[in-house]
Amino acid sequence: MFAEFAGKILEYFVERYRVHFVLDVSCNSVAQKIYVELNNTVPCVRLLNATHQIGCQSSISGDTGVIHVLESEADLEWPLSKGPNPPYMVLLESSLFTKSIMMKMKNASSRVAGVVVVQKTSPPEFSPHTTCPNENTGVYTETYDHNLAHCNTTVWNPRGNGLSYEEFDSPVFSLKEDNETEVIKQCYFDHNRVVNGSGLQYPLCAMQLFSHMHAVTDTATCMRRSSMDFSTSPVMVCDPLGGYNVCAFIRPYNSTAFGHKENESVVIAAARLDSRAFFLEDSTGAEGSVSGFVTLLAAAQALREATQEAPPTRNILFAFFHGEVFDYIGSSRMVYDMKNNMFVIDLDNVHSILEIGQVAVRSGTNLFLHSDPVSRRNNTVHDEVTNLVKNLQSSTAGLNFSLVETDFSQPLPPSSFQRLLRARAIPGIVLADHQTDINNRYYESFYDNAAHLNLTYPSNLSPEEQLEFVTDTAKSLTEVATAVARALFKQAGGNNSQVNKINADPKTVTQMLYGFLVRSNNSWFQAVMAPELKDILQPNPPQYYVGVAKSSHQANALTYLVQYLLANLTGTATNLTQSQCKKPDELPNESTYLYSYLWVQGVVPPNSTQRESFCVRTAVRLVKAVSPAFDLGDYISKEYSTWTKSQWKFIKARIFLVASRDLEMLTLGVGVAVLFTSLLVTYFVRTKADVLFSSVREPNNAAY
Amino acid sequence: MTAAVFFGCAFIAFGPAFSLFIFTIAKDPLRVIILIAGAFFWLVSLLLSSLVWFIATKATNAQDLTLQKNLLIFGSIFSVILQEVFRFAYYRLLRKANEGLAAISEEDGPPLSVREMAYVAGLGFGIMSGAFSMINTLSDSLGPGTVGMFGDSQYYFITSALMTLALTMLHTFWGVVFFEGCERKRWWVIAVVLCVHLMVFSLSLLNPFYVASILPVYAIMLLMAVWAFFSSGGSLHNITLLWTCRKSNAETSS
Repeated sequence: MFAEFAGKILEYFVERYRVHFVLDVSCNSVAQKIYVELNNTVPCVRLLNATHQIGCQSSISGDTGVIHVLESEADLEWPLSKGPNPPYMVLLESSLFTKSIMMKMKNASSRVAGVVVVQKTSPPEFSPHTTCPNENTGVYTETYDHNLAHCNTTVWNPRGNGLSYEEFDSPVFSLKEDNETEVIKQCYFDHNRVVNGSGLQYPLCAMQLFSHMHAVTDTATCMRRSSMDFSTSPVMVCDPLGGYNVCAFIRPYNSTAFGHKENESVVIAAARLDSRAFFLEDSTGAEGSVSGFVTLLAAAQALREATQEAPPTRNILFAFFHGEVFDYIGSSRMVYDMKNNMFVIDLDNVHSILEIGQVAVRSGTNLFLHSDPVSRRNNTVHDEVTNLVKNLQSSTAGLNFSLVETDFSQPLPPSSFQRLLRARAIPGIVLADHQTDINNRYYESFYDNAAHLNLTYPSNLSPEEQLEFVTDTAKSLTEVATAVARALFKQAGGNNSQVNKINADPKTVTQMLYGFLVRSNNSWFQAVMAPELKDILQPNPPQYYVGVAKSSHQANALTYLVQYLLANLTGTATNLTQSQCKKPDELPNESTYLYSYLWVQGVVPPNSTQRESFCVRTAVRLVKAVSPAFDLGDYISKEYSTWTKSQWKFIKARIFLVASRDLEMLTLGVGVAVLFTSLLVTYFVRTKADVLFSSVREPNNAAY
Repeated sequence: MTAAVFFGCAFIAFGPAFSLFIFTIAKDPLRVIILIAGAFFWLVSLLLSSLVWFIATKATNAQDLTLQKNLLIFGSIFSVILQEVFRFAYYRLLRKANEGLAAISEEDGPPLSVREMAYVAGLGFGIMSGAFSMINTLSDSLGPGTVGMFGDSQYYFITSALMTLALTMLHTFWGVVFFEGCERKRWWVIAVVLCVHLMVFSLSLLNPFYVASILPVYAIMLLMAVWAFFSSGGSLHNITLLWTCRKSNAETSS
């Protein structure tokens, strides 16, 4: 209160009242005159693995640069060589966010203090990922097959420029096109534009970015530094990436009984959950991951009735792997658990695997079946694969597409199946929309969004109507899901007469696409979620980056969404009350060994405001997906993923004006002059005080 | 803005006060005590006036900006009046203390004259007032940015420092003049000091028209300096004495 008043007095002694006179309790109104904080920024952060560090780093007290809005690649001359006030903070639009421009700025790091990317229109193609994703942790190593290693035969992502895996020692931030960006551009146009012939006038508009990362070099170094603190609560410098896989058996097993199950044969249906972008928090993943797992979710729903009426001979495991972008975290973990008897089945129980890859961007009417040529040299495996192909191809009868096998000599695309193959020669197929290299022009970038899948809704629909509207993309994915479900049913030994009754529901598919790519906060997702988790539903799509493995049993939004959706689509509603749902073991027919019981919100009936919540009995489980390298303590592992994310203290950005060096030096000069003058004058007056002040000591009577 | 501006403004604002402290106050512990007590008295006056302002703002509508602005002006005027009241209170306290100090002093008579106490008390008020005006601004001047984003003048830091310097010196001179006036029972002096203080405050409201605010304040400071010089025993004769003394010294030594 005291300081507030003093601050206000100060403000009035030196500044006249302005319209934006702020009265909130911030003792620092001077700072408010100087800085404009930017709140909606997404930084590029540092990731480390066994050998490298990638990503961006700022200095510990932030990096400051004069703002320069880049207009074209030729305009780079200004910040790199011609501009008179380095260092510069380069602001560029997303169309100029290319590898050549970023590399030029990386090399001139003394003149470029940082880069800010403003997201605007999508370029025609852009993939910051590598050309050969996960090349060292898949199955194609030098020993497996020399010719197929390192994408020698097929380069899967030819448009990849590897920008996500470069290391930058200046901060790179991303901004959306909104009010804050307007403020920045206005500041730039007011102060930083070169007026022909007269040069730049101070004060100039500048920006400061803080994104100092604690971890350096590689994972082994940062893990060693984290554990060196011997206190009870060690300070971590970096965190391993990871999350949870979502798994559901059609016929669940006792979840406490690990290891081999006698006479059990399981068909695994797999899909990938996660995705990434250059700016990790901005990960969309429409074609890269959503197309695959939405198809698998729809297939799981389609299979529900048929498998309950007439359970097939083999079991089916729906596995949604998380962390696959970062060297197959989820699938390598599951294989490790299977090999070490930490999972309910082991590798001997696995009969075959069908994986759904990227399936939404077709370049024709065909989808393609990829298989591994090396394992197929074994006749048994070859026969099984041929059988699986036959089941798949016959499942497209009556649908508007057909499935074509790819060339025999072509290896598998990057997929979770490769990790299973690394452990055992299991027959399997990866379903994808590309025959050779991928069709995804925006693989692992933030342009792989709803627009990329042509997910368009008529403009006059409300959000709830958009949720129900069946788009063309949804229709084509529904057909794929139907084919997948039928093939799985046949593969699991189901009764052939039931096959044609298996159909995926286009309404479910379109609702899922809407929820995962447009808005996650819609009525269906609200109905399906648990009450305590309803806050993870936002008015924008969820985020697909796997994130760090949390020590508490908390997963990220995407994992919970998939878990609860799978529970809703494959589980059964029960009559249990909420307290019974928490402790179902007390009831005679329920068992938490086999099932998990989830209390979900339910729908709001038309004439009331209360939700009809209920308890779902489901076989869906979350299985921890952290790379085995961290359990084994092998941080330089070449076998498993060693990705970690650095920790940081704070990340922020702000803009302000900078004054000319001349004015600063003038201030300092005046100050020094005043100080010396006052010292001299005071000394002089003091020595001559008895002359100047005729009676320094007053006579005694004046003191009373 | 940067370290250069930080040190420049710090030297401008606190340079004279610092040199006065080093050369005239630091060696005598009694003067140090009176300086700090004077600073404390100023602080208490600011506390009480801020209490009044705080109650006034909380009791009224925070969204009405004109009203808040007027409340601030009212609060500041009240603060000026309260500072002068506390100056008077400090004078009375020092007079009483002087009797006690004279009784226990080893020397004959009081250890400090009223004039010296006036100067030290005024300086105490000035230093504390300057500190409160300037420290906040100084800490922000260390960052990389300067004022101006919202249309304020970029000379903000220098002018704040200059105003603080003027205010510190003004408080010192007011202290001298005020105590002298109380000593000689010239009560009109108190009224004049109060009026000049209010005038300086209202001039500061003219910021950022720095020409209209800083130049008049410095003019007032010079006038007050002259008045304080005369009221503390100086005269034109002394100055001419000084000058001829130096001249004669220079002659004799050459």
